Amino acid sequence: MNIESQTVQSIRQGLVRKEFSALEIAKAFLDSIKDKEKDINAFIQVTEDLALHQAKEIDAKISRNEDLPELAGVPCAIKDAILVSGERCTAGSQMLRDYIAPYDATVVSKIKKAGALIVGKTNMDEFGMGASTENSSFGVVKNPHDLSRVAGGSSGGSAASVAAKECVVSLGEDTGGSIRLPASFCGVVGLKPTYGAVSRYGVIALASSLDQVGPFAKTVGDAETVFHVIRGKDPLDATSVDQNLSHGNRDMQDLKIGIPKEYFGEGLNSEVEKAVRQALGKLESMGAKIVEVELPHAKYALAAYYVVNTSEASANLARYDGMRYGFSKRENNDLLASYLDSRGESLGPEVKRRIMLGTYALSAGYYDAYYVKALKIRTLLKQDFEKAFEKADIIAGPVSPILPFKIGEKTQDPLAMYLVDIYTVPANLVGLPAISLPAGTAGNLPVGLQLIAKPFQEQVLFQAGKALELS
Amino acid sequence: MITREEVEHIAMLARLRLKPEEIAKFQKDLSGILDYFSILKSADTSKTEPMTHSIKLENALRKDEPLTGTSEDAVKLASMAPESDQGYLKVPGIFQ
Repeated sequence: MNIESQTVQSIRQGLVRKEFSALEIAKAFLDSIKDKEKDINAFIQVTEDLALHQAKEIDAKISRNEDLPELAGVPCAIKDAILVSGERCTAGSQMLRDYIAPYDATVVSKIKKAGALIVGKTNMDEFGMGASTENSSFGVVKNPHDLSRVAGGSSGGSAASVAAKECVVSLGEDTGGSIRLPASFCGVVGLKPTYGAVSRYGVIALASSLDQVGPFAKTVGDAETVFHVIRGKDPLDATSVDQNLSHGNRDMQDLKIGIPKEYFGEGLNSEVEKAVRQALGKLESMGAKIVEVELPHAKYALAAYYVVNTSEASANLARYDGMRYGFSKRENNDLLASYLDSRGESLGPEVKRRIMLGTYALSAGYYDAYYVKALKIRTLLKQDFEKAFEKADIIAGPVSPILPFKIGEKTQDPLAMYLVDIYTVPANLVGLPAISLPAGTAGNLPVGLQLIAKPFQEQVLFQAGKALELS
Repeated sequence: MITREEVEHIAMLARLRLKPEEIAKFQKDLSGILDYFSILKSADTSKTEPMTHSIKLENALRKDEPLTGTSEDAVKLASMAPESDQGYLKVPGIFQ
């Protein structure tokens, strides 16, 4: 079996025509992981037993002539912030290095039910805090296109594992670009769904008002299939939403693509800009209309995002107190010392930095100046997008201002690392669906095109993405 | 530039034991990032309401009914704790 070209569709076809068994698929991809991991480091843990067990179940279904579910036999990797019952779940942190998930996240229950083979838990920046996976305490993920460069983050392992053909699809989680950025850096498709489209139950929280789980895939069609498997209202996540998705395909002739000048300003690498403009030109030649739009408050988005992110993170990570689970240090029966040491010794520098920033932003005297101010910027940004969507169906721009950078290049400068997120954070602040599509390359390095749509309009993103794929 | 004492105060509020070299590093890092945040001051938000949540939701309520669970589940959860005893968590003394 040629694993390089496998998609959800081709695996289904191969299984139905009995060209290969699910067990053969599982073994082929597990071999691929063994072969490539010494270079890529996309996985914190390979779940071989689970994948083989699931593959045998699929083969049993086939032998009984049962209907195959949507993702039957599809090797899938899961970001290590998403719980898979009975497997270790570290979130890239020493704090959770021995933590065994006691239950499945809702998205995991859904992909299990859909017949996917879970091949492993992927490497990530600690608790999702980073843009390069260099903040993982399990080593950096290397970019499959150039091993001296980062794969992007925080879901770097989920993106790299798909790009390196260690799996066919994967799940990541995006708080401020953590799916779209690594998708762009690794040259794969990555979708951040509308806030509330996908359940967050069983997902280790970073910033709860921003976090969304979404798929990585080699093709738009595969990303779409996985999205429809994982989405939906979940009684266990009160912020998940009953969705009325439009399925009707729109004529490309009627599609209006808005280009915000704020996404093509200072700081944008010229090679990235060239590839993005070329991709937009292809959509235009297929009949889409390009219109100019404005997002006047976009310049405040990154600062507002990091205030909200660190504030929510400082509250969310208070649960790691060394009392109920995770790393714990206890000496002399001293409660305060136990809190200080358990957190001080097991959390990494970026996690501490963000907890400190959030604690500061929420503390008496600064709350209005930082936190409330950032929430007001969110409102202004939402109004900007609403206005832009009066003129356009999709808003388009680059995913990242720069090409995948060298490992170590930005680790000494936290603010430079934050600036990589400049084009991705607005969609999280406003809750909009956004997709990263391979737009071309600069040398051997991939460039991503970002398309953003109105809430629950993922379908128009898939449609435009498929058109671009065919061009 | 925020002071060393401020960094120590925030670290205590956040329950983080910092090494001396971490305190110096965070003093520099946090000051730089807070400087960047000051761009927010220039936005006119005098007529703007804050938004905590991007997608409009009404109160999400459910019936106040216990979910089914077994005593094994309780033991499983308790056994994840660094120290536990018969399904209870053991923690350092709260009172002196």
